[in-house]
Amino acid sequence: MAVSADDVRRVAALARIGVAESRIPALVRELDGILAHMEVLARVTELAPDVELAGMPLAADEPGAVPLARPREQFAPAMRDGFFLVPRLATHDAAAGAS
Amino acid sequence: MTDAVAGSAALIAASVRAGNVSARELASAALDAADRHQRRLNAFVSMDREATLAAADAAPRGGVLAGVPVAIKDNIATPFLTTSCGSRVLEGYVSPFEATAARKLREAGAVLIGKTTMDEFAMGSSTEHSAFGPARNPHDPDRVPGGSSGGSAVAVAAGVCPIALGSETGGSVRQPAAFCGVVGVKPTYGRVSRFGLVAFASSLDNVGVFGRTVDDAALALEVISGPDAAHDATSATGDVPRFRASAFDEPSPRGGAHVGDLSGVVIGRPREYFPGSLDAAMRDRCDRALDALRAAGAEVRDVSLPHTDLAIPAYYIVAPAECSANLARFDGVRYGARVTGDGLRAMYEATRSNGFGEEVTRRILLGTYVLSAGYYDAYYRKAMQARALIRADFESVFASGVHALFTPTTPTTAFPFGSMADPYDMYLSDIFTVTANLAGVPALSLPIGRVHGLPVGGQVIAPRFAEAGMLRVASALERALGADAHR
Repeated sequence: MAVSADDVRRVAALARIGVAESRIPALVRELDGILAHMEVLARVTELAPDVELAGMPLAADEPGAVPLARPREQFAPAMRDGFFLVPRLATHDAAAGAS
Repeated sequence: MTDAVAGSAALIAASVRAGNVSARELASAALDAADRHQRRLNAFVSMDREATLAAADAAPRGGVLAGVPVAIKDNIATPFLTTSCGSRVLEGYVSPFEATAARKLREAGAVLIGKTTMDEFAMGSSTEHSAFGPARNPHDPDRVPGGSSGGSAVAVAAGVCPIALGSETGGSVRQPAAFCGVVGVKPTYGRVSRFGLVAFASSLDNVGVFGRTVDDAALALEVISGPDAAHDATSATGDVPRFRASAFDEPSPRGGAHVGDLSGVVIGRPREYFPGSLDAAMRDRCDRALDALRAAGAEVRDVSLPHTDLAIPAYYIVAPAECSANLARFDGVRYGARVTGDGLRAMYEATRSNGFGEEVTRRILLGTYVLSAGYYDAYYRKAMQARALIRADFESVFASGVHALFTPTTPTTAFPFGSMADPYDMYLSDIFTVTANLAGVPALSLPIGRVHGLPVGGQVIAPRFAEAGMLRVASALERALGADAHR
């Protein structure tokens, strides 16, 4: 499977890494070269039982944050006005006293 | 005083416990040695004399590592000094917590003298991918020290400290140990807590140790091993046996009278690790080591690990896949340096683009590619199947009555800087080490000779949680080779 420039742009977007257009041809060459060595893995299908990867939900290939499965209000110990409530720390008092 | 840190860890600690020398004097001597070598070898990325001397004054004087100076790889969290992982993205980062392995060393009396040079996020086999300049091989500064834990290997090889911590994902302790002529141990996956080790590929990562001798490495491993259920879900439960073979006086579990006696021990010689293309001089040093094992009483048996050829492809899919997920956290929000951009997404992209070096970027993209829709089954699933086959190879050979395997650690001695222009050529230097990480078994490298003045490492691989037996074989080999191990 040959890697294309669009493949590199797509995975860079998924990985949230800015890649300059000038760098893309080299990355295409490098990834293609590396993946060519992986073709030997094609033969494992006949050799190995399938590995159990069930139970690992796969995220959609979409750049950006993965949405939460449940609204945060459902698992936060306490919230007020859209903010999480957390215990006041001694360092807060020290910082307030210093300012 | 500098000679004081050139001795063994056990002897240094005994001197401190007896009051013959103080931890402060030893720390000062180690820092002097580190300073003296730094310009030439660049083993360290951060040192702080005042903080180290204060730590020496506070070190427990009765511990098994009382006053022993240690170096720690820069991806293992410590209470002072940086944990920058050799990356611009974490430059200057000081961890608010301490790795379990580092804490155990400190509680045993060891004194941290510096954090060591490494390939960025442990991705590399030469330290050429460090954002802060490469470490250099003490045997020939024009050659790499190996990687990714190159700085730790250099610190031990140069006589700065007797033991050091590194980390292993595919050979990052054993390969630099081989290149620098010291001992490097990768324990069984789960034997040492990974808490505080910055994750690269979580199913493969281990904390490992370097020592100038097998005994020192065993002592350090004994200290850092053990359950840590509160912090690491993959930490193994169960007691840690004695790894030090001074235990040497105790009868061998295989029936021999002492550690130098390997009567009844079966050593496997896997033919896949001795290909026809193996350099003749490397093969000769391995043959000499195998002869030494025979002379110590061991039976050497030819065995096969038939899926070894799948190891590099499988490793270079599984590890980048896991790294692409683990390194997602370095985005300018939660950790490290931030490069501003026009909006949140632009900030992420600019931060990660500027913060990561070429090799890390390449592996994140490779990992993202093999996990993406349409390629997951073709690459990642097959790599996991290959991993299962490789693990089964080891289980089968150990079930056949073989107690340990002996192989070369690397296909070559240390290579010159810049000689691995193709990324895959660099990956191939891990060809004899990645299998132990994929299978989760313990393995170590010890010096077995030199070729053109450069150290050659021999590898001993053992069944899971059989470190004691592995170290016993290594001790016997070290004794049997004697001075030949360094010529």
